[in-house]
Amino acid sequence: MSTLALTHRLSTTSLRRALNGAPLWSVAVVVAVAALVLAPLVSLVRIAAQGEATLWAQVTVDVLPAALMDTGMLLAGVALLTGVVGIGAAWLVTAHRFPGRRALAALLPLPLAVPTYITAYIYVEIFDSAGPVQMGLRSLMGWTSRGDYWFPEIRSVYGCIFVMSAVLYPYVYLAARVMFLTQSASMIEVARTLGASRFKLFRAIAIPLARPALAVGLSLALLEALNDIGASEYLGVRTLTVSIFTTWLNRGSLAGAAQIACVMLAFVIVLIALERRGRRDRRYSLSTRRPRVTQPVNLTGHQRWLATLFCAVPVLMGFALPVAFLVREVLRRGLSAQVDNAFLNHLLTTIGLSAAATVATLAFGIVLVTASRLARLRLTKTALAVAGIGYAVPGTVLALGLLTPLVAIDTGIGSLWRALTGERVGLILMGSAAGIVIAYLIRFLPIATGSLTAGLERVSPGLEDAGRILGARPRELVTRIQIPLLRPALASAALLVFVDCIKELSATLLLRPLNTETLATLVYGHASRGAFEDGSLAALVIVLVGLLPVIQLVRSAEAGPKKAGGSSAS
Amino acid sequence: MMNATFARGLLAGAVALGALAGSGLAASAEEVVNVYTNREPGLYSATLDEFTKATGIKVNAIFSEQGLAERIRAEGENSPADVLITVDIGRIQEAVDLGITQPVKSEALNSAIPAQLRDPEGRWFALSMRARSIYASKDRVKDTAITYEDLADPKWKGKICTRSFQHQYNIALTAAMIVKHGEAATEEWLKGVKANLAKKPSGGDRDVAKDILAGVCDIGLGNTYYVGLMTNGTNPDQKKWAEAIRVILPTFKGGKTHVNISGIAMMKNAPHRENALKLMEYMVTPAAQHVFADVNYEYPVRAGIEINPLVKSFGTLHPEEMSLAEVAKNRAKASALVDKVGFDR
Repeated sequence: MSTLALTHRLSTTSLRRALNGAPLWSVAVVVAVAALVLAPLVSLVRIAAQGEATLWAQVTVDVLPAALMDTGMLLAGVALLTGVVGIGAAWLVTAHRFPGRRALAALLPLPLAVPTYITAYIYVEIFDSAGPVQMGLRSLMGWTSRGDYWFPEIRSVYGCIFVMSAVLYPYVYLAARVMFLTQSASMIEVARTLGASRFKLFRAIAIPLARPALAVGLSLALLEALNDIGASEYLGVRTLTVSIFTTWLNRGSLAGAAQIACVMLAFVIVLIALERRGRRDRRYSLSTRRPRVTQPVNLTGHQRWLATLFCAVPVLMGFALPVAFLVREVLRRGLSAQVDNAFLNHLLTTIGLSAAATVATLAFGIVLVTASRLARLRLTKTALAVAGIGYAVPGTVLALGLLTPLVAIDTGIGSLWRALTGERVGLILMGSAAGIVIAYLIRFLPIATGSLTAGLERVSPGLEDAGRILGARPRELVTRIQIPLLRPALASAALLVFVDCIKELSATLLLRPLNTETLATLVYGHASRGAFEDGSLAALVIVLVGLLPVIQLVRSAEAGPKKAGGSSAS
Repeated sequence: MMNATFARGLLAGAVALGALAGSGLAASAEEVVNVYTNREPGLYSATLDEFTKATGIKVNAIFSEQGLAERIRAEGENSPADVLITVDIGRIQEAVDLGITQPVKSEALNSAIPAQLRDPEGRWFALSMRARSIYASKDRVKDTAITYEDLADPKWKGKICTRSFQHQYNIALTAAMIVKHGEAATEEWLKGVKANLAKKPSGGDRDVAKDILAGVCDIGLGNTYYVGLMTNGTNPDQKKWAEAIRVILPTFKGGKTHVNISGIAMMKNAPHRENALKLMEYMVTPAAQHVFADVNYEYPVRAGIEINPLVKSFGTLHPEEMSLAEVAKNRAKASALVDKVGFDR
C-alpha cells in the first residue's frame, strides 16, 4: 500500500518536472489534437491495406509511373518558375531602383489571394483555342484554323505549370524579400566595393542568402501544387491527386485510391522536411543578422524598363488579368441581379464556418504551442510535428479519412443519448457544420502553430525566467507574458486561417451538411454545370477577402525592416 | 485568469458552432426529403420546386461529384440520406454494391420506366437517358453516320477531341464496348482512338465543340444535352461553339446508340421513406419528365413525352438494349484498360 503511494508520488514528481509547469490538461490537449490529425491518416492506411495484391500490381504498372511523371514535371516546373520569378523579383525590388519599384514591391504578393482552381478556369477562357487571344490573333493574321499556327496549349502540363506559378510565386517572393531585407547590408556593400558585377553579386551573395527562404517558400508553393485537384484536373494533367480520384471512382476502389494517397504522402514528407530545414537555417541566420537595409543601386537605360517589366508581368498574369476577367463577368450579369438573399445566405455561411474554424484553430494552436514550449517532453514535440501533417494532405483525402472517425464519434454520442433519454439524435458532427470545422481545424492548424511558434521564438526565454523568479505560476506565464506578446502573430495567423477556410473546396464539398453552400462550392457548382462565369461574383468575393491577409503580410514585410533600421540608428 | 478577449472569441466560436449545428437539426420538424446528388441541383431545381409545390415536402440537397456513396456508407444507420441521384449508371451501381440502397416496389415506377432502365430488384431507377453522341464540324465533316468503332479508323488521324477517358461518361462507353466486343478488342479500339487524337484529353464535353469551332479537331465525343445547354445558356460564346457542330447519333457496328442514365435509388437507412418514394414517383410523372426533356434536353424514360425540338433534330434515338447493370459491372475493367493504353497521357 505504502510502496504504491511512494511510486505514485515519485512518478508524479518526475512528470511534474518534465511538464515544467505546463498544466497537465494542456499536454492532454496536445496529444488529443495530434491523435485527431492522425485519425484520418490511420483510417486511410487501413483502407489501403485492405486492397488486393492484384490491384496494387495494376496501380504500380499502369497508373503510378505516369502519375509520378506528371507530378514530377509539374512540381519541377512550378519550382523553377516560382523560384526564378520569386527570387528575381525580390532581388530586383530590394537591391535596385527602377520605375514603379515601390508599387511593384507591394503588388507582387497579391496573386496569393487568387485560388488556383479559379485561375485555371479563367486562363482556359482566355487562352484556349476559341478564347479571345487566339481568336484575335487569327482575325489579325488571317489564319482560319488551329492548324495554321503554333500557340502554346493551355490545357497541358506546361499550361498547368504556368497557371499555378502565376499564383504561387508570391510564397517564394515574400520569403526571399524578407530575407534580402533583413540580411546584412555590409556583405553586399563590400562585394560592390570589391567590384563584383551585378550578376556575380546575385549569384554569389543573393542566392546563397536566399537559400533558406527559397526552401520555405518553395515547399509551401509545391505543397499547394501537389494538393491541387481543381486546376490540374481541369487542365488535363493526371497528377497523383487526380489519379487518386479516378482510381477510386471508376474502379470503385477506395483501397487503390488510398494506396496512391500513401505514395503521395511520401512526397509530402519530403516537402515538409525541406521546409523544416529551411526554417532551421533561417532561424540560425536571423540571430546573426544586422538589421540595416541594403542601399538599392540605380539601374540605367533599358535595364530599368526590363526590371519594371520583369516585376510587372507576374502581377499582371497572377492578379490583374484574373480579377479583370471576374469584374467584367460580374458587371456583364448586373451586380444587383446577383446579390440576392440566397447569395447573402451563402456568404454568411462561408463567413460563419470560417470564423468558427478560425477561433477553434487558434485556440488549439495556442494550447499546442505554449504547452510544448513549457513542457520539456518529447511527446509534446512529436505531437506538434504530427499536427503539422494536416496541411499537406489533399482536402478530399482528408475528408475521406475523416468520415469513419467522425461517424464513430457520432454513433457514440447517439447511443449515449439514446441510453439517457431514449430519443434518437441522428448525426451530430456529420449532420451539422461541426464536421467541416473539424476538417478545417486539422488542415489549417499548422498555419496557426507555424506563425505562433515563430512568434514565440522571438520572445526571449529570459522574460519567462524573470516571471518565474518573480513567482509567476506557469499559467500566468502563458496568459501574462506569452499571449500578450503573441498578439501580432495571432492576428496574422487568424487572417491566414480565415482566408484558407474561405478558399477551401474539396473537404467542404464532401463533409458539408444538407443545403449548405460556401462561396467555393458555389463557384464549383457553376463550373461543373459548364457555366463557370455565372459564379464570377462568388469567385471575386473569395479573391477580395483573400486580399486582406495579403495586404497585412505586405505591410509587415515592408514595415518590418524600417522599424528595425530605426532602432539600430537610435 | 484566461485572457478576456481570447475567452470572448472562444465563446463566440462556440455560439456560432451551436447555431450552425442547430440549423442543421431544426429541419427535422417539417416534412422533408434529403437528396444526396452527384448531379448539380441547379440542373433540375425546377423539378424539385414543382415537387415541393405539389406535395408540401421540402427538398434538402447536398451536391458533390465525388464521395457521396462513401459518405452515406460511413454515416451508417443514422444517415439522413433518403435518396441518391446520380448522372451515371456506374455511380448508382456503386451505391448498390456498397449495400447502401434498399429495394423499392412501386407500380408507378415500374409502369413508367421500361424494364432495361431499372434494376429488376428495384434498387435503382433511371430518370432520364443521355446519348453519347459525336459532335462533328459542320464545315469539314460530310459523314452522316459514324459508328463508335469508326473512331479508331486511321482516316480520323489527328482529327478527334475528347474529354478524359477516365471520366464517367467515357468509362461507361468503354464498358459498353467491352460488353459488346470483349476486353481484347476494346483495348485495340482504345489504342486506335488514342492514335487519332488531335490533342491530349482534357476539359469537358463543351470544350470538344469549342475545339471543333477553333479547328483543333473535326469530330469528338459529347453528350447530346450539352448542345441544348450551350445554345440556350447564359454564355453567348457557347452558342457559337454549338453552332459550329452537328450532332451525329453514332451506333455500335450492327448495333444501336450507347446511352447512359441519370438515376435514383432509395437509401437503406432513409429516415423519410414515404417522402422519398413520393419524390421518386414524382420524378417519372409526365410533368417532371417533360422538364427533363425540355429544360435539360435529355431523353425522357417515360413513353409518350414530347422531346425537345432541338434534340429531335439530331435524329431518332435507338438506345442499345444491353443491360446497363452489365455495363456498370465492366466499369473497373474499362478504367484499367484506359490506364493500360495510357489513353489520357
